Amino acid sequence: MLRVRNVWWIVALGALVLFPLIETNPTYTGIGVSALIFMGCATSWNMFSGYSGYVNLGSAVFYGVGAYTITLLADHLNVPGNGDLFWLVPVGGVAAMIVAVPVGLIALRVRRHTFVVITIAIFFVFQLSAINFSFTGGTSGLQLPLIPWLETNYNKPFYYAALAVVVFAVLLSVAVRRSRFGLQLLAIRDDEDRAAGLGVKVFAVKLVGFTMSAFVVGMGGAIYAIFIGQIYPQFVFDPIFDISIALMAIFGGLGTLTGPLLGALVLESTQQYLAIRFSNGSLYLILFGSLFLVIVLFVPQGIVVFLGDWRSRRRARRAEGARVVLGDAS
Amino acid sequence: MNGTAVLHSIIDGVLTGSVYALMATGLTLIFGVMNIINVAQGIFVILGAYLSYALSVHLGIDLFVGLLITIPTLFVVGIVVERLFLTRIKGPERVVMSILVTYAVSLVIEGILNLVFSTNYVELHAWYVNRSVKFLGIYLGYIYLLGFAMAVVLLAALYVMLYRTRFGTSVRASLADQTSAALVGINVRRVSTICFGIGIAVTAAGGMIYGATNAFNASSSYDLISRLLVIIVLGGMGSLGGALVAGIMMVTIEDLVGVVWGPVWSSLSFFLILVVVLSLRPQGLFGKRSVRVA
Amino acid sequence: MTTLLSVDRVSKSFGGLQALSECSLNVEKGSITGLIGPNGSGKTTLFNVITGYEKPDSGAVTFEGAEITRASSSRVFALGVGRTFQITRIFARISVLENMLVATQRDEGWLRGLTRSKSSKSELTSAMEWLDFVGLGRLADQPAGSLSFGQRKLLELAYVLVADPDVILLDEPAGGVNLTLINEIAEKIQSLNRSGKSFLIVEHNMEFVMNLCDRVTVMHQGADLVSGTPSEIRSNPLVLDAYLGGSDEDGEEVS
Repeated sequence: MLRVRNVWWIVALGALVLFPLIETNPTYTGIGVSALIFMGCATSWNMFSGYSGYVNLGSAVFYGVGAYTITLLADHLNVPGNGDLFWLVPVGGVAAMIVAVPVGLIALRVRRHTFVVITIAIFFVFQLSAINFSFTGGTSGLQLPLIPWLETNYNKPFYYAALAVVVFAVLLSVAVRRSRFGLQLLAIRDDEDRAAGLGVKVFAVKLVGFTMSAFVVGMGGAIYAIFIGQIYPQFVFDPIFDISIALMAIFGGLGTLTGPLLGALVLESTQQYLAIRFSNGSLYLILFGSLFLVIVLFVPQGIVVFLGDWRSRRRARRAEGARVVLGDAS
Repeated sequence: MNGTAVLHSIIDGVLTGSVYALMATGLTLIFGVMNIINVAQGIFVILGAYLSYALSVHLGIDLFVGLLITIPTLFVVGIVVERLFLTRIKGPERVVMSILVTYAVSLVIEGILNLVFSTNYVELHAWYVNRSVKFLGIYLGYIYLLGFAMAVVLLAALYVMLYRTRFGTSVRASLADQTSAALVGINVRRVSTICFGIGIAVTAAGGMIYGATNAFNASSSYDLISRLLVIIVLGGMGSLGGALVAGIMMVTIEDLVGVVWGPVWSSLSFFLILVVVLSLRPQGLFGKRSVRVA
Repeated sequence: MTTLLSVDRVSKSFGGLQALSECSLNVEKGSITGLIGPNGSGKTTLFNVITGYEKPDSGAVTFEGAEITRASSSRVFALGVGRTFQITRIFARISVLENMLVATQRDEGWLRGLTRSKSSKSELTSAMEWLDFVGLGRLADQPAGSLSFGQRKLLELAYVLVADPDVILLDEPAGGVNLTLINEIAEKIQSLNRSGKSFLIVEHNMEFVMNLCDRVTVMHQGADLVSGTPSEIRSNPLVLDAYLGGSDEDGEEVS
């Protein structure tokens, strides 16, 4: 049986598939690529942090590792500047997972407040290392093989690669939410000690979730790297990325499936628009910060939950109206 | 590397570290009493530095005299921010929401500072900023010594307030357990607001010293806040003594590593130490292991 | 009767506070054992020590002949010791049914969680059966956070039961709930007891304890003061002293 909700998913996917075929302006398809990258990353961030309550403010570590991995590999393997580069994207994801294991072993030992801060600290370790080590090219960054595609069609392959990552992230999130493992993550969020007391192997569950979410973020970083063509430590290990991902998921609705998707789509597009419209960086910061404040203070539970509540309230009011009418009749 | 350089870096570390300890004490006080991680602490430091800058450049007011204006100003700014935004944070994800709200506040202030002062780096000047005194064969900057003295005075004042006054008792009760504090009749709301004000007010002093010893612009706040967060986590979040010791210790080690292995490693060491310490002692150096058994 | 759970001279201190000092206690197989004592006499600490939420300084806890003194809380649970908390601990933001499913895995390897769905058919059936048993079956899909105080107590009991423990430690099952529900809880305990479950119950409601329990142990200042049948306890002068010396309001309930 095809349920209404599933129909909406198919419609949304169809619209995303068709978008670059209808809209050919590279500016807009370019915004589309970054929005999709953020949608994938936010969804997978939410799969760990939203479900478990362990807010990771160092996800740029995985993003950067993905970006550097694909850049260094392309160089070592002499991959030419064409579509072959995309085959390396999953490798970027795997590299991020490999990094996530020791990071998780350290960071997940602490309780959630401290976890937030230690993820920030680990992030700076990576950023500073990328700036200081020579194999990363330091602050002058690294170049990827130039892709000689025409400007009008340049964005499309990236767009669909990013879309594939988003679909993967969504399917993974659904699978996790439906599994025993996902339930354990949620139980950890609600009461970690009690979950442990009921036989949940909390540390192992957290570590696996953390590592899984690194995979998608690493792939996001890899796609971004080949999309941009050159990477710098401060752009792929970017503290704004850390906080943006969290904000998108929370703005959409922490722990929900559609929330991070919507949050990333709306916020990344708005951010890009504001950045283009207000090229004055200071005005842009003030506007973005204020928007951010309004969202967090007035829709703290996220738009998905907010809209859901609003709809059920309206439905309840309508039902109440009906009851009143019935009451009059009887 | 020689012995004098090492000694110099240790003394410098202790002098600068005490200023960091002061700013970190404000941050850890806010966390302990309110359960709020104030990531805007970094931008408040910079705001304090810019206020001192404006007073000294435009009105010719001495940096230390200016503190009599900037400290109360930031106290009020803190109270306004707390009342306007932080009181609205509710729900189970309080700490996370507090990070986001204060980050947003930080972005807005950063934008305003960029507009008003531009993004060019500035430095605070006064007759004592570039002078130094020779001590045990080492040149010590006046500003470092004055900063140390100021930090000691302010920290002492803070401790007297916390341990010798009625208000301090309420604060310490709220630090220990908000619910119980409320039950014995402490107005936890008011204590929170005032603590936030105090936590921000100390950044005015810290910011002035920071601005006199570093060239800064609004985006220097990122570096500051990440250091301050590392210090309070290491000290054990909510532990005032921990923030003090960790602040001095970390800055000293950082300076020392800079001299011994070179500046590249010094900022890295700051974060690596945190990672190593927390893998051995997850509760921080002075934090208590949280036991949550009903 | 054989001893199922035995606490042997367990001590535990927090800083300067001696919460337990050489406390001993036995729970016989198939019994309902009561544990009473003035506030602060160490009852909840004893529960925490038995169930692995806190480690004792000295002494031993054995369950079915095997020592579990310093076992982790999950290990103790896996062996068959379930408990509820004085302040109910449920998972507030997942559904009532999902709360049950969290507890159905008491000794399953962690990797299996990844590959399997939330529940097998049999787990789902038994989860629903226990929810029906405590009368929460119709609320299965509600978020657990929307339950009332009393319903939360029942849910916590139900999710402990779904793991099929041999002995269940209840921390103030009658605390703060209305009279109808108290009787209902007492009936549930009795019917579970008839089907072979043993209980160790901390409770301040004396009527509840005296009517329900086969044996009662009285704790005072971290140690076991006296054990016996409810009628022996009632007539023991030491008990009255302990309560009157401890806290007045509890003393009234005894007399």
